[in-house]
Amino acid sequence: MTLASLDRISPRKGRLSHTTVFWMVFAVIMALLVIAPFVLPVFWLKFLTEILIWGLLAMSSDLLLGYTGLISFGHSVFFGLGMYGAAGALLHSHPANLWLAILCGLAGAGGAALFVAYFSTRLRDVYFAITTLIFAQIFYVIIFTWTSVTGGENGLIFSRPHFAIPFLVDFKFDRYTMHWFVLALVAGSYVLLRRITRSPFGMVLQSIRENEARTRAIGYPVDRYKIVAVMLSGLFAGLAGVLYAVQNEFAAPDFVFFITSGDTIIFNVMGGIGTLVGPIVGAGFFQLLRELLSRLFGDQFPYLIPVGMVFIVMIIFLPQGLMGWARRWLNQ
Amino acid sequence: MSDQTAEPLVKVDGLHTYYGKSHILHGVSLTVGHGEVVGLLGRNGVGKSTTLKTIIGLVDAAQGSILFEGRSIAKMPPHKLAQIGIGYVPEDRRIFRLLTVMENLRTGLDRTGVTEARKKELLDKAFSYFPRLAERRNQAGGTLSGGEQQMLAIARAMMLEPKIILLDEPTEGLMPRMVSQIRNIVDVLHKEGVAILLVEQNVPLTLEASQRIYVMEKGEVRHHCAASEISVDHPVIKQYLGV
Amino acid sequence: MDAIAHFFGAIPFELLLIQTVNGIVTGMILALVASGLTLIFGIMDVVNFAHGELFMIGAYIGVVVLATTGNFWLALVISTLLVGLLGAAMQILTLRPLIGRDPLTTILATFGISLILQNYALWQFGPTSRKLPEPITSSFTLFYLQYPWYRIVITVISAAIIGSFWAFLKYSKFGVWIRATTQDRVMAQAMGIPVPWVYTGVFALGAAMAGASGMLFGPLGSINHTMGLDWVLKAFIVVVVGGMGNLGGSIVAAIFISLLEAYAAIWVSPAQAVIVSFIVLILTLLFRPTGLFVSISK
Repeated sequence: MTLASLDRISPRKGRLSHTTVFWMVFAVIMALLVIAPFVLPVFWLKFLTEILIWGLLAMSSDLLLGYTGLISFGHSVFFGLGMYGAAGALLHSHPANLWLAILCGLAGAGGAALFVAYFSTRLRDVYFAITTLIFAQIFYVIIFTWTSVTGGENGLIFSRPHFAIPFLVDFKFDRYTMHWFVLALVAGSYVLLRRITRSPFGMVLQSIRENEARTRAIGYPVDRYKIVAVMLSGLFAGLAGVLYAVQNEFAAPDFVFFITSGDTIIFNVMGGIGTLVGPIVGAGFFQLLRELLSRLFGDQFPYLIPVGMVFIVMIIFLPQGLMGWARRWLNQ
Repeated sequence: MSDQTAEPLVKVDGLHTYYGKSHILHGVSLTVGHGEVVGLLGRNGVGKSTTLKTIIGLVDAAQGSILFEGRSIAKMPPHKLAQIGIGYVPEDRRIFRLLTVMENLRTGLDRTGVTEARKKELLDKAFSYFPRLAERRNQAGGTLSGGEQQMLAIARAMMLEPKIILLDEPTEGLMPRMVSQIRNIVDVLHKEGVAILLVEQNVPLTLEASQRIYVMEKGEVRHHCAASEISVDHPVIKQYLGV
Repeated sequence: MDAIAHFFGAIPFELLLIQTVNGIVTGMILALVASGLTLIFGIMDVVNFAHGELFMIGAYIGVVVLATTGNFWLALVISTLLVGLLGAAMQILTLRPLIGRDPLTTILATFGISLILQNYALWQFGPTSRKLPEPITSSFTLFYLQYPWYRIVITVISAAIIGSFWAFLKYSKFGVWIRATTQDRVMAQAMGIPVPWVYTGVFALGAAMAGASGMLFGPLGSINHTMGLDWVLKAFIVVVVGGMGNLGGSIVAAIFISLLEAYAAIWVSPAQAVIVSFIVLILTLLFRPTGLFVSISK
């Protein structure tokens, strides 16, 4: 698969350097997202906030899919443990502490990621998809059946914590501040992930994707790199889970089910893997497509049939996703 | 030398081939007549094997034409080429190691339109040329010695009843006794009217076995003549093949 | 020590034997599912994430054909053939264009197909489970149980399908082609073997085996759009434990895992017994990542 990164576009001739253009575009998009709550109606604002959260989950998965060449069906686990970690912290801290929720969510997701990574990276790439799928099922069964801790089928319900920094601020989230809070964390994660993928560590991951045997032969401990990649990816996915839990005030076993991982993969392929921005675009495209189809044909419409077809057609004919397509179109 | 005025069996013209970004063949042109043995000489890495692979369709030609009996075959998939009469014996023999000798031969025999009687005839003929294979017919290909594997590779190509066999370094790494056997089989095939495009490092053997030779360097044909016009100590051989 | 002896002594011998029979019955169906999966992987390097959905579609086609014809065995044949055809269509439409691309793209494509098939079944048949009646209702006495003959029949049919498949691979022309292609795709082409069609044929065969097993299993459980997941997960475990692409290893692993689950079901509920196969998988990954039963058929 050709995975062209946005960052690798050769700078076009002009006065502005590529980096400057990039940060200008970034600033414009951020500005638009910041003012969104003042413009969008309630429904669409929540829609946008959730797209950002799904986008964060998709970006985390892109670190594996696009940069390391691993298909993960385990992201539902990391996302789900982020949710349950946050839920546990919020239910057991008085008053409910947002930062503790984030910490516990990340700890849960990170722990699960370490466990999954240790076993799943022992075999070559195609097995990674299989073993992560199996682990997703194991975690789902555990969470679904361990009713005394996880609430079983019903999940856990809690109320949203305050945004509090001791001696500075303490306020209740409303839809504006919730959106900004999510936006800040997603944007921060994006910048961080972009750093990671362009660091020497990220280069090694890409070299593993291109040719694992050669990377190993050069002397890199490929397995350790993969484990760290899965853990990092799991942490960002966990953060997405925490945000989703805080936004919706519940944690439910459905999100641990591998379907969530499947959606994440679809976001990636549709948006363009190996681009970080693409997966967010893909998440938006997917959610809009779903919303559009269910408005046109009703809630019972099996929207995943056409979505699945679009997905397959894109794998075959548009392997770089919407971002790749948009880039080619812009270059013409 | 066979009749050069008639349409040649294989006519390669201006062939360019790339492996990724490296340009391997720079416009190779050659012909092989019906029933003719043609030697292709040159040092390692000048593109001899790539020429064969391009003809059989395992490597795509970026440019140039390949005609077989007058029609273009450059876009045909390899399995079609095998079916219309191009046999291929690769450099590393590529025996199906887990298949028995018989099963290796069957890969070329189980074509449509081959009667049971004809199959038996072809097998009998192969086994009469290579009695060792008959003895080991139920042994896995991977357990054969290097020389036996070479015989099997040639016998396997013969099962296709080819009009031409592309023979890539058949004597590489073989003991002298085996080399002379390979030399004999080239003669036998020639007598049967099978054309051969022979890639070899063994210059004396090639000059003896072929009617015409081509000498390649850096992805191009540099010299072309009748095998009888040239000897091992000819300046051309010295220039392009001398160590 | 006494406690352990007492613990095992407490299991009635009859129960152990019944569970052995149960384990072999499900083991043979699982072996049939896993054989198709491992065949497709071994030859084409494609992990078929839609294999469970082919199993499910096989059962649903059975439901429909049985409702119209009333003949279970006819339904079995038709559903096997139709799922085989579906597999061929899947391969030609989605996997053939991906030949030569990163193998990961084939995982994505088959995942997409599983999504479509599952949602199609949900849309067409609704969320309520269907039942397939057993074609043979008689039973025999196994200790204190009336054991249905149908279960024994499934085991025999599964074994017969696997056996004839093995003979097909070993002796038929197409079998030689398949094995030659597995070992050296390029040389197989140069020998005139139409490799693209071998791929299509293999995918169709693997799919047909999944369809047949779905239909055979149908009467033992309930039929719904998610039934494929359990089976494909178990089949994945089987192919990892048995050594991916290794047919003999998969069959042994299928029976081994099913027996363990059946024995575990003596103490825990069947839902929890699934954990046993997860544990086997984890131990395999820890100690023999290339597969527990690799040496058996090689």
